[in-house]
Amino acid sequence: MKKITTPLTDAVVKDLKAGDSVLITGIIYTGRDSAHKRLIDALNAKEPMPVDLKGQIIYYVGPAPAKPGYPIGPAGPTTSERMDPYTPALLEYGMKGMIGKGNRTPEVLDALKKYTGVYFAAVGGAAALIAKRIKKCETVAYDDLGPEAVMKLTVEDFPVVVVNDCYGNDLYEEGMKKYRKS
Amino acid sequence: MKEIKYQDIVEAVAKLCIDANCLIGDDIVDAFKSGLKIEESQTGKDILNQLIENVEISKNEMIPACQDTGTAVVFLQIGSGVKIVGGELFDAINAGVAKGYTEGYLRKSIVSDPLRRKNTGNNTPAVIHTEIVPGDELKITVAPKGGGSENMSEVKMLTPAAGWEGIKKFAVDRVMRSKANPCPPILVGVGIGGNFEKVAYLAKKALLRDIGSVHPDPFYAEKEKELLEEINKTGIGPQGFGGRVTALAVFIESYPCHIASMPAAVNINCHAARHKTAVL
Repeated sequence: MKKITTPLTDAVVKDLKAGDSVLITGIIYTGRDSAHKRLIDALNAKEPMPVDLKGQIIYYVGPAPAKPGYPIGPAGPTTSERMDPYTPALLEYGMKGMIGKGNRTPEVLDALKKYTGVYFAAVGGAAALIAKRIKKCETVAYDDLGPEAVMKLTVEDFPVVVVNDCYGNDLYEEGMKKYRKS
Repeated sequence: MKEIKYQDIVEAVAKLCIDANCLIGDDIVDAFKSGLKIEESQTGKDILNQLIENVEISKNEMIPACQDTGTAVVFLQIGSGVKIVGGELFDAINAGVAKGYTEGYLRKSIVSDPLRRKNTGNNTPAVIHTEIVPGDELKITVAPKGGGSENMSEVKMLTPAAGWEGIKKFAVDRVMRSKANPCPPILVGVGIGGNFEKVAYLAKKALLRDIGSVHPDPFYAEKEKELLEEINKTGIGPQGFGGRVTALAVFIESYPCHIASMPAAVNINCHAARHKTAVL
């Protein structure tokens, strides 16, 4: 089990290999479809980004509402492929990592190599357990998007697995090949 | 005629929505535990253990096991001797869904129009399936269905010549292409027969069964076993990281069909296979 803290440096990213179990501590940001579209629109228009994503990790999540007394509701990963069209530009900008579930496009995998980034998966459906590792949650951009707003999460030992590292390795492909019968 | 009150239906549906999302069935937990015995991948075992712990937290704290608390899919068996008083049946179902999703801190995931995409704010409308049956009871099953696994489902109009081999190939291929997206280990509902719209309903209905239940027709019981083995040879494993336990169960529902057709449907469910039933 590797432990890392955010923001991520190239050296930290280079030390992560597909298949590694990792615990993340620090700040991570949430973002899904609509927030990604707005971030890219801001980049293209050369407007200032509402949050500084350089060195940061984006978590693809749309949490359930928090019960009173909880910092956040259940918060498991959503399917990453919907964010693929926006991802290479964000990696070029300086974002270092993403947390989601499911395969990415070849364009995203190329960008991970080119800009030294990493793609993690969190356990889909383990939302109640994952929420326990989120200590604080505040909305920092695009408030009008409701559950799709960009939130700043303070996490402690947030459990993920490296799926795609910056060397072109892919846990989904390699894992399936290893256990495939017939 | 037995009279059933509108408000009683509202309350029952609200409770079913909350219970289905927060109280994952023991059959699922038992299947995770059985999976631990056959899983060869250490990462796969770690995930199954996390899923067992997740269900525990969810139950103890009455919070949803998964943040995607789904489309509220409601199956109704309406006794022909039942009369609803105090309001309309579908209004009562939707009022119950709105109440359950609001009071239970469940996520509201429904947009009012597929292209204009404005959230309705209370997870209504439900998708409601009705059946008229003999008797004077109203049986309500709420089966919240997540988007990630629903998106990996498919209908295919096969020809009779394709036979069981064709259906098996279609189902295994559908799972292979889904990979990690539907949050494996999955449950696979397979509809066979009927026609274009009926077969999708059959696949969904199949998912209402509990793991461990055996198909009443030995022919299909054998087919379910065979297909489960095939799916677990893919190597996809828990969360798609590689391993033995890709699916926890395969359930088949069949229906008579046209001489020219053999419709097939695969409805994939994530491991958060949720359904709760009440009888009024």
